[in-house]
Amino acid sequence: MKDLIRIKDLSVRFHTYEGIVHAIDDLELDIRQGETLGIVGETGSGKTMTALTILRLIPYPGKIESGSIIFLDTDRRREFDLLKLSEDKMRAIRGNKISMVFQEPGAALNPVYTIGDQISEVYLLHRRNELGHRAKQRVDNLLSDGGGPVASVKRPFWRWQRRLYNKISQESNPFEPRFLSHLPLFRRLLWRLKNEANLLAVDMLKDVEIPDAARVAIHYPHELSGGMKQRAVIAMALACSPDLLIADEPTTSLDVTIQAQMLELFRRIKTDRGASVLFITHNLGVASEVCDRVSVMYAGRNCEVASVKELFLHPSHPYTKALFDAVPMPGKELQTIPGELADPLNPPPGCRFHPRCPNAMPVCQQEKPKLKEISKDHMVTCHLF
Amino acid sequence: MDIRKLKKHFPIVGGVLRRPVGAVKAVDGVSLVIKRGQWLGLVGESGCGKTTLAKTAVRLLKPTSGHIYFDVPDEVKAEIEELESLGRNNSKLKSLLKENDLATFSGSRVRLFRRNAQLVHQDPFTSLDPRAKIKNIVGEPLRIHRILSGQALETAVEELLHTVGVSTGQLNRYPHQFSGGQRQRIAIARALAMKPEFIAFDEPTSALDVSVQAQILNLLKELKSEFGLTYLYITHELLIAESVCDYIAVMYLGKVVEMAKPEEIFHTPRHPYSQSLIAATPVPDPERRVGRIVLPGEVPSPANPPPGCTFHPRCSRASQECRELEPPLELISENHYVACFHPL
Repeated sequence: MKDLIRIKDLSVRFHTYEGIVHAIDDLELDIRQGETLGIVGETGSGKTMTALTILRLIPYPGKIESGSIIFLDTDRRREFDLLKLSEDKMRAIRGNKISMVFQEPGAALNPVYTIGDQISEVYLLHRRNELGHRAKQRVDNLLSDGGGPVASVKRPFWRWQRRLYNKISQESNPFEPRFLSHLPLFRRLLWRLKNEANLLAVDMLKDVEIPDAARVAIHYPHELSGGMKQRAVIAMALACSPDLLIADEPTTSLDVTIQAQMLELFRRIKTDRGASVLFITHNLGVASEVCDRVSVMYAGRNCEVASVKELFLHPSHPYTKALFDAVPMPGKELQTIPGELADPLNPPPGCRFHPRCPNAMPVCQQEKPKLKEISKDHMVTCHLF
Repeated sequence: MDIRKLKKHFPIVGGVLRRPVGAVKAVDGVSLVIKRGQWLGLVGESGCGKTTLAKTAVRLLKPTSGHIYFDVPDEVKAEIEELESLGRNNSKLKSLLKENDLATFSGSRVRLFRRNAQLVHQDPFTSLDPRAKIKNIVGEPLRIHRILSGQALETAVEELLHTVGVSTGQLNRYPHQFSGGQRQRIAIARALAMKPEFIAFDEPTSALDVSVQAQILNLLKELKSEFGLTYLYITHELLIAESVCDYIAVMYLGKVVEMAKPEEIFHTPRHPYSQSLIAATPVPDPERRVGRIVLPGEVPSPANPPPGCTFHPRCSRASQECRELEPPLELISENHYVACFHPL
């Protein structure tokens, strides 16, 4: 399998009044085609920042200092660096090639638009040509149908509409529809585009197993339950069949039984669509359920990347081991990690984990460990290996 | 603590006259016994009434009906039950209830009771006053109950913070200067201030990270053995309940559906809901992936619960009986109660 995304030496810093926050520090990570990669870590370890960096959505004082994110465009079979793209090109990728599901479904949806409108927005932005084509076919059907008694009156109008939609389906941003869309009232003449987008949105809602999708599409977010909202958000993210779906703690705010439904859905997305999923979570149980490979992050660096079985059966990094011991399990004494999470303002030199590490050596205080492969599909950032 | 047939309904008002048009049955007939020194885990999904039950148990809310006994001898309870079966209008019954039933207490008597029972809230980021110093937050219960003041109060607060593992040099700081785990420790110190016998915890670790969660759970264990406390521990994470509690009650839509020892609940659950809840819990072990039961649908609204067994619309074993009758909570083996017509 080829790598869909290769992150190399990525550093993200926030220049604040209190100092420089090292949010991500020399991160190396690759996401393969068709796999679910989990990122596990505690609050402030840089999980969400990694996701936002891939989409280039870092909030204000944050800056990408160095590194590269190589993205493989499967349609055009070429690679490019996401960090070097212009903002316009990046906008064409967000929601289209790479899309994201956010943590809180209630906050991710706009409260004043219906679910259907919000999903069709994705199509209107990224799939205009396809919508134009579908709309044209609809007008064609009307023309060939003959129509009722008023048809002869409407016919010239339909012909004009066909020409308009034909243009939309072929050109990237044709003049006439663009001009119309800026005029009040006249923009209504493009209603068929929106109609087609709405139909696609309902199909998408059916795809994520929402019962009675046509009715749900005309509901507002507050009328849906948490699980339904999360399904709608996932539908929105999947609308353009992205190559990479980033899911940022998609089940954290849900109940256990709803979470189980959601994990089932994510597993189905992977098998049906063959999309790669970057699954961010702090719950080790969830990670073991859905992921193929897992990366454990601590203070902006990944300490360990391995396949699920390898990681859960043979955790190698001291932090990974400590994290597993802290998970409550029946018939097990709870172990705690001494000390507190590294301060991102002035992180400890060398390995970030060394002040809390039981196996710390003198070299850990001076040198940053590199990501090393210790066995097949198992990489560790630690001086022990 | 003995809770009997406790109900808490919140009215839904409507119309111009704000008349009640319905009720949210948050807690609908729950009976629970928490023995002295026990660590009872209350497990359930959001909206099933766990928090309401805890708040009613420490009388932050007044129950709609039912009894709450705290440290009341069995003979008195039996007498009340006997009198109740005879009829409601009985002056002796009324005086007995007034003496013993927490549900009827008000004002100063409730305050007196709260010296013995405290609640720790879910989110340490909202449960501490952002404009109060730590010493005032922790010392507030002692001041309200007029137990200590001045220098004595300050030493007591220092001692409390020391017990929960917050360094005492931070007395004059504000909550925002602490991390989540430390704030939860401060909230626990506040609950301990009155030296209560009973503490109710409302999801104390749900806002915390795994490693911090382990620290807090270990702290609770230490405190319990040190002070001989009794805990009511509310959580939605079954793994936590299984690993720390002595006894577990599973709630669904305002009712307790199963009560048993943790080993029994997890290895031989008898109620279909507990079974699917356990099966749905993700376990950090990639080899245990198989055998999941995914429940269809969602929890119904407590304002309009389904008739009969409230779980029947999502249950695979539901029969006609379940749709019509409400299953009582019955003892089926030692210390194991189930409310189901067709237990597994």
